[in-house]
Amino acid sequence: MSKKTGKQTYQFGNPPKIISTGTVAGPFEGQGPLREDFDEILTDPRNNEKSFEKAERSMLTKACQLALDHASYSTGEVDLFLAGDLLNQIISANFTAATLGIPFLGLYGACSTAALGLSLGAMLLDGGFAETVLTATSSHNSTAERQYRYPTEYGGQRRPYQQWTVTGAGAALLGYHGEGPKITGVTLGKVVDLGSKDPLNMGAAMAPAAADTILQHFQDTGWDPKAFDLIVTGDLGKVGLDLCRQELAENGLELGDNFNDCGLLIYDLNKQDVHAGGSGCAASALVLYGHLYKRFQRKELSRLLLVGTGALHSTTSFQQGENIPCIAHAVRIEA
Amino acid sequence: MAKAKLTPAQQKYQAKAKKAEPKPDYFRNAISAFFSGGLVCLLGQALIDFYSQIMKVPPKEAANPATATMILIGALLTGFGVFDNLAKYAGAGLAVPVTGFANSVVSSALEFREEGLVYGVCAKMFTLAGAVITFGVITAFVFGLIHAIFH
Repeated sequence: MSKKTGKQTYQFGNPPKIISTGTVAGPFEGQGPLREDFDEILTDPRNNEKSFEKAERSMLTKACQLALDHASYSTGEVDLFLAGDLLNQIISANFTAATLGIPFLGLYGACSTAALGLSLGAMLLDGGFAETVLTATSSHNSTAERQYRYPTEYGGQRRPYQQWTVTGAGAALLGYHGEGPKITGVTLGKVVDLGSKDPLNMGAAMAPAAADTILQHFQDTGWDPKAFDLIVTGDLGKVGLDLCRQELAENGLELGDNFNDCGLLIYDLNKQDVHAGGSGCAASALVLYGHLYKRFQRKELSRLLLVGTGALHSTTSFQQGENIPCIAHAVRIEA
Repeated sequence: MAKAKLTPAQQKYQAKAKKAEPKPDYFRNAISAFFSGGLVCLLGQALIDFYSQIMKVPPKEAANPATATMILIGALLTGFGVFDNLAKYAGAGLAVPVTGFANSVVSSALEFREEGLVYGVCAKMFTLAGAVITFGVITAFVFGLIHAIFH
């Protein structure tokens, strides 16, 4: 029997569990409202490393180690490592995979990498191709800003719709042994391009992709959005979430208070000067593997839809005047 | 930049996105740029007076050491991580004077120091300022030419 339901959704007959998670947050994220839910918070954004790139890599490796330790697993007991990040050629993930020594599948989904890793990991597990999968992702404000935008000390004024790249890393161990919330279904997104060109306004660029995947998930499964405690997008920020809500409403799907965004949850927008909210791979990874995972453990959540959003442009493509292609993958997690 | 034609669906969404875009507070930004820019110029004038009256530099040439001092101040503030925090409020008030130019060079040079002295610092320090220098040189050449022909 095919596991595929509808056009883009896969339901798992044998849903894998998120056995454990590991999170490392940057100092600024450690001042935010979710600080209690992170395993480790850096005191120095450079983490005593020579470069910010090395610091990002050290966070990613640490998050993986924490996830393994929390479930008392050794690297030898993990079949596959699925990871990615924002840097060119996903270099943070590559070096982390070299350190861990687990067979590795590199992922690029920009900021949707956490959702992409969970989706692929769950599919590999349900398909019987692996017993245990580790998935992880990271982003660092100082490495991403310099690759995509300006030097960190450059004195430019930020736009009110701009988002702040989250510094942090998150990892999750998926499998069948142990306890944890289950991944019961995923909807894999299509690349959507509604003509956005401004790389500073990622929320507006990604909102249609998020709306497309959310609509598709409910169409494919026939579920009622009210049955979810929380439907949370990856990093649309304030501007993007409003646009996404608007797109959904125009397509007949009105979402209420249970619709939110990881980029809004991770910071206190009134106290932390991040303009429209957080972005980056670590936005959804820290919120899901830190905050929301702990809420599952405290039995405050029983059903969640994570919609990881990613802007798949490159610095070359936007300089050449191309649009920003965007994607979103949805992962349904149930207690 | 190439302008690809947008489909009707794309145009419709872009109109919505444009409407949803929060606008910066232009009035407040202009006021703070006006006063911070004025302060920077006041400091520059004070430096010119200092060089001409106390250091006895000929008044016509006093602007040169004053400019160099302003560049030094901009560079030091960037290096100490203060410039970007000031620029957040001052905006164009700090960016337009020569302090902004110093900031763009020094911030780039700092950013790429891990890539080494040659390929990092020296090659990358003009990534932001390069265009300004190129246009500056070309403009100076064109006006120099006009000046030479009509004088």
